[in-house]
Amino acid sequence: MLASLTPLFADLPLLPERAATQAGDIDALFWFITAICFVMTVLIFLGVVAFAYKYRRRENAHAVQIEGSTKLELTWSILPFLVMLVMFAWGADLYFRAQSPPKDAMEVFVTGKQWMWKIQYPDGLREINELHVPAGQPVKLTLASEDVIHSFSIPAFRVRHDVVPGHYDTIWFTADKPGRYHLFCTEYCGNQHSKMIGWVDVMEPREYAKWASGGAGGSLAEQGQQLFQQNGCSTCHQMEQQGRCPILKGIYNKPVQLSDGRTVIADDAYLRESILDANAKIVNGFEPNIMPNFKGQLSEENVIQLIAYIKSLSPAVPASQQGQPPTVTPSAASRAASRANTANPGQTGSQVKQ
Amino acid sequence: MATIAHGTPEIAAETVNYLNVEHGWKSWLFTTDHKRIAVLYLISITLMFFVGGLMAVLFRINLLEPEGIFSPETYNRLFSMHGIIMVFFFLVPSIPATLANFLIPIMVGAKDLAFPRVNLLSWYIYVIGALLTMYAVIRGGVDTGWTFYAPYSSTYSNSYVLAAAFGVFTAGFSSILTGLNFIVTVHKMRAPGMSWGRLPLFVWSNYATGLIQVLGTPVLAIVLLLLAFERIAHVGIFDPNIGGDPILFQHLFWFYSHPAVYIMILPGMGVISEIISCFSRKRVFGYSFVAFSSMAIAVLSFVVWGHHMFLTGQSMYTSLAFSFLSMMVAVPSAIKVFNWTATMYKGSVSFDTPMLYAFGFIGLFTIGGLTGLHLATLGTDIALHGTYFIVAHFHYVMVGGMVMAFMGGLHFWWPKITGRMYPEAWSKFAALIVFVGFNLTFFPQFILGYLGMPRRYHAYPPEFQALNVLSSAGASILGVGYLIPMVYMIWSLKNGPKVGPNPWGAAGLEWKIPSPPTTFNFDETPIVTEEAYNYGPLEEVIG
Repeated sequence: MLASLTPLFADLPLLPERAATQAGDIDALFWFITAICFVMTVLIFLGVVAFAYKYRRRENAHAVQIEGSTKLELTWSILPFLVMLVMFAWGADLYFRAQSPPKDAMEVFVTGKQWMWKIQYPDGLREINELHVPAGQPVKLTLASEDVIHSFSIPAFRVRHDVVPGHYDTIWFTADKPGRYHLFCTEYCGNQHSKMIGWVDVMEPREYAKWASGGAGGSLAEQGQQLFQQNGCSTCHQMEQQGRCPILKGIYNKPVQLSDGRTVIADDAYLRESILDANAKIVNGFEPNIMPNFKGQLSEENVIQLIAYIKSLSPAVPASQQGQPPTVTPSAASRAASRANTANPGQTGSQVKQ
Repeated sequence: MATIAHGTPEIAAETVNYLNVEHGWKSWLFTTDHKRIAVLYLISITLMFFVGGLMAVLFRINLLEPEGIFSPETYNRLFSMHGIIMVFFFLVPSIPATLANFLIPIMVGAKDLAFPRVNLLSWYIYVIGALLTMYAVIRGGVDTGWTFYAPYSSTYSNSYVLAAAFGVFTAGFSSILTGLNFIVTVHKMRAPGMSWGRLPLFVWSNYATGLIQVLGTPVLAIVLLLLAFERIAHVGIFDPNIGGDPILFQHLFWFYSHPAVYIMILPGMGVISEIISCFSRKRVFGYSFVAFSSMAIAVLSFVVWGHHMFLTGQSMYTSLAFSFLSMMVAVPSAIKVFNWTATMYKGSVSFDTPMLYAFGFIGLFTIGGLTGLHLATLGTDIALHGTYFIVAHFHYVMVGGMVMAFMGGLHFWWPKITGRMYPEAWSKFAALIVFVGFNLTFFPQFILGYLGMPRRYHAYPPEFQALNVLSSAGASILGVGYLIPMVYMIWSLKNGPKVGPNPWGAAGLEWKIPSPPTTFNFDETPIVTEEAYNYGPLEEVIG
């Protein structure tokens, strides 16, 4: 029995891997809190053991009755609280940084669906349960869910965020150590929850460029443009001339005046809502109930493609600003398509079906 | 041990007490005696505890192998039902419905609770809730986790969500009625001279618990009702595909379920105060701070629920506030631990079984509470949320804390409840087994969590196997540790040595009346002239 267990313990990791820049920061705080917990536990343990031993019940000894001590009470309330405030402030700083992706981050889109992770890159590559990222480059993930709540987590990077259906969540990281790392769903999502796992491949930038040099079926924006035609969006949302619907050119990340007087920024979340539920926010000067509801018609992946297209119509933010302009050669496209097919035999990786 | 008078010879033959005053099943099922109802509750929750425990044993077997042994359907139902049964049908009623139900009227010097029939009603409601939940189990179980998160529970799950949710919904009312009864009893039924400042700390902690039960549980009822609406009538409340908001579910659910954590731990803290004081033969150090800390916990417990949603898309500033408030709720818990330790200072400490459980409680609750800091801190929660670290943390509080306190309290008041003493050597042995088994089960889970192993996984990457095997081995030891007391306590009902009114030489009204007590507890209403824990006159003042 013991002999058969030995190999188990030989491979036992005791510390998690660190493969992203913020992993060390979070670990430092983790060990700070752990050290304080350890000291406190030892102090209390020693106190209990020492008192229990020293004042153990003996013949002819009686307990000395003590009411208490306000000074002591205040000390052991305030001092720990001050230490906790350090944890609080330190933790808040890390948390705020984890939620503020840098402007130059490369964008990747992740859709959770029972029970797989679908990954889309701006240059049109798609994968399932595999995420390839270059080392040393900040990467921003936009997370969407097709069905229930999932949670996207890469333990080696110390990143995690729930993926809540109905809106976008974002996380970011800068991987700094090439290798393969676990990718887990950490919010229970049903039967095959424990199979909603995959791998993150951190690659040297040059290898990553080689890997990424080709998009199946064009860039994300090009895929979006096709959807834009197929779904008849282009009949009303015309490029130059004002139709029954707002012109989308140049709209991305710009303020939009609504009919109820509010002004909102046309970011990913706004565009997503307007595509799926056009009447939720009506642009000033336009009529409601003109655009059909696309909820249930378009998958989250389609919506991401459409947003990429709308984004590409804003010259300030070109669709693929990230160093690797999509050089679609037939061979690269078929290579990517076959890769997508291996990742998920049940689906064709290249074209979105309507 | 000199003070313990096992089987004192001067005890007369059979005297009339609450157990033998009437016979037959009707005398139990229609009783309004708080002590008999406490016994009914004790039997019911013990049954549920072993059902929930059996499920834990089964899924720990599954986790011996990285690919799992049972199917994912089976595993998911096992951990969900384990959580639902243990939280709603064991931990929430554990101490309040049994020990407190038995003791609070006696401790305040009353004949019964304020509403004896409501007390019986609460037990019937509990039984109906438990039967509904067992119906869900027999039909095939529920697979949503004890948290019932929408939209999975409302739209996607194919299991018996409604039956289980309705069982929990029902059991909630029994909890409300118990809390209500305690609040009114403590306010209105105290004997002459029993001022608020003389109440035993066990009463204080259950009073605070009662407030949470009455104010929090209705919100659980609301959220389960809304869940049922959405599941049956497809009214869009939580599912975004039909216009709902899944985060709304979590706000409502945790608005009850975080305070519920304190429903589960506060009564245990009260037990520990009683035990430490008795077996140190000393008044509790800083009585008013310990009493006040229970009330502070009850209040603060209602404003920390957002720490379950740091990574769920609530605003960063909301998270900031909840992180800060979660730090604050740690302070009153720390106050209690320090005061218990200080209570032993210059005491006369003996190591009877209840005290062993109290030591276990202090150690394990301290670890459980302190690891809460990792999760209340925003930065580290990113790494630990949704992993086994959380599982370990709350089991250290719930099992290492509350179940230890429950076992300690049960041993402490067992002679009062039954009139007989349990076997000393066996009970010490079992306490040790529980402590070892518990740590072996749950300590490896802290490491698993830090390594990144997600909770609620039917299968896992092979590098996590060693720690999972350790944890499962510990669970089997822990299981034995709980079965031994079950056996010897039943044995002691017939064979344990009879005890007098006060086998521990403890202070407190419950030790001034016979063991077991008579139906109306006191022949005449007691008049209280001293503070709680009067083990001798005050001799020393610090600072």
